[in-house]
Amino acid sequence: MGNVYVLGTGMIKFGRYPDKTVPELGAEAALIALKDAGITIKDVEMFASGNLYQSNAMIGQRILQQVGQTGIPVINVANACATGSTAFREVYMAVASGMYDIGMAVGVEQMGKQGLLGGGGGGSDPAYSTEGRLGSGLMPAVFGQAGMEHMRKYGTKLEHFAKISVKSHKHATKNPFSQYRNEVSLEDVMNARMVAYPNTLYMCCPTGDGAAAAILVSEDKLKQLAGGRKRARVAASILTSDPYTDRTLQLPDVSTLTRRAAQKAFETAGIGPKDISLTELHDCFATAELVHYENLGLCGDGEAGKFIDEGGGKHPDLGGKSPVNVSGGLLSKGHPLGATGVANICEVAWHLTGDERCKERQVPNAKAGMAHVIGLGSACTIHILTV
Amino acid sequence: MAEQQTQATETGPRPILPIFKLQPTPHLVGTKCSCGTIFLDTKRLACSKCGATGPFQQVDLSTKGKVWVFSVVHQSFPGIKTPYVTVIVDLPEGVSVKSNLVDIDPEELEKNPQKGFGMAVELVANEVAKDRQGNPVIAFQFRPSKN
Repeated sequence: MGNVYVLGTGMIKFGRYPDKTVPELGAEAALIALKDAGITIKDVEMFASGNLYQSNAMIGQRILQQVGQTGIPVINVANACATGSTAFREVYMAVASGMYDIGMAVGVEQMGKQGLLGGGGGGSDPAYSTEGRLGSGLMPAVFGQAGMEHMRKYGTKLEHFAKISVKSHKHATKNPFSQYRNEVSLEDVMNARMVAYPNTLYMCCPTGDGAAAAILVSEDKLKQLAGGRKRARVAASILTSDPYTDRTLQLPDVSTLTRRAAQKAFETAGIGPKDISLTELHDCFATAELVHYENLGLCGDGEAGKFIDEGGGKHPDLGGKSPVNVSGGLLSKGHPLGATGVANICEVAWHLTGDERCKERQVPNAKAGMAHVIGLGSACTIHILTV
Repeated sequence: MAEQQTQATETGPRPILPIFKLQPTPHLVGTKCSCGTIFLDTKRLACSKCGATGPFQQVDLSTKGKVWVFSVVHQSFPGIKTPYVTVIVDLPEGVSVKSNLVDIDPEELEKNPQKGFGMAVELVANEVAKDRQGNPVIAFQFRPSKN
């Protein structure tokens, strides 16, 4: 497998775009990425589109109908919340294999003000719907219980989860691409409306719209096209699914597949958690972020509470260490499902290359970064980028 | 016509899922693989733990278990009364079940979550709706054990 580099990136501000279509949002991000890379659509040899809610609607081709129909192979990817990062990985593999020199991945989603995700069952007669009668499959409760497992094992407190939300909101104030840019206090988070214990409103990510794009190139093409610009290498691109574990069929186990992916990613990249300058991880809920500190090796098992109390996850400018989700994370930046996985990788690439777009929140001296995504059902991707 | 008549006469309580049996007393059934793994299904093509395609046997499951974890749900689908407790219960056979935990104060549980972990619970059959034919739909739920 050859070396693969991120030549160009594009992202639109996450938010709500009721007057635009999914292909339009995707095309906007794609055009920004092409400009950033300094190439045109005619240079792109393959294309992968990540979109979940219209995965039967040929979104990739419809993006190219707006950007340029050159007849290249297009893959439409759906993999729950890991949709965008899986599309990115398809392009990574296509370039790493040597079959193509330049590929593009776009992740895009339009969710509007869609409410709670998950739940259901019951078939044609709603009387047989299981939601709220046989427990909850809604995401706030599912991920709430992931936090409850930590609480059970280690005595973790509501305050620990709440502190994560305070941090993410603080980070988001420095990110113009973020859907929400308001600060919240610990009291605001703790006293906010409870959605599913221990997740209060501010510990749940919003729904919204967004798009992000990345252009990947082979080492030869990088030499031709980079023009002296610093570009990040994809040092690991890992995808796992959920192995059978006790209870996972009743309460999805988001930890085991993350741990497996992290181990493989560090082995592949030849580095360890201590070498990671910044992490963008899948904080769909504050409870998820806490358990992933341990799953990704940012701290030891049972130490996530202490990690948070000691400033773990905070931007160095705020006196923190091992910065996590300096973009604001899903909690503040937003979580347009298909866009999320590509956007996280863009964020990491920006810090590694000193990109203007992360100027206000630049992690100093960033050499390696990790982007983690979980799609419930389940899929986990981890990408490690290095410079 | 004959079929319609048959359906019309078969009124009465219906379990919410096929794994829930109302007779002789309400209980859950599972499908057990020869490797020992039990699935909350009435049939399996293969075991997702060991990959074996059989043999499988249907087993009756205990009506008593212990709470693994829970959450208190405050926002739900229209028509679902909140707050309520969603719970994962470990049964002694080594399989876990998800359902509602009833006959408990959800707010109290939030104030002292450690009280919920490991709590002994027992299965209870509760009517949760009437289906389109007017049959009561019966769900398996759990309540704190009375003994």
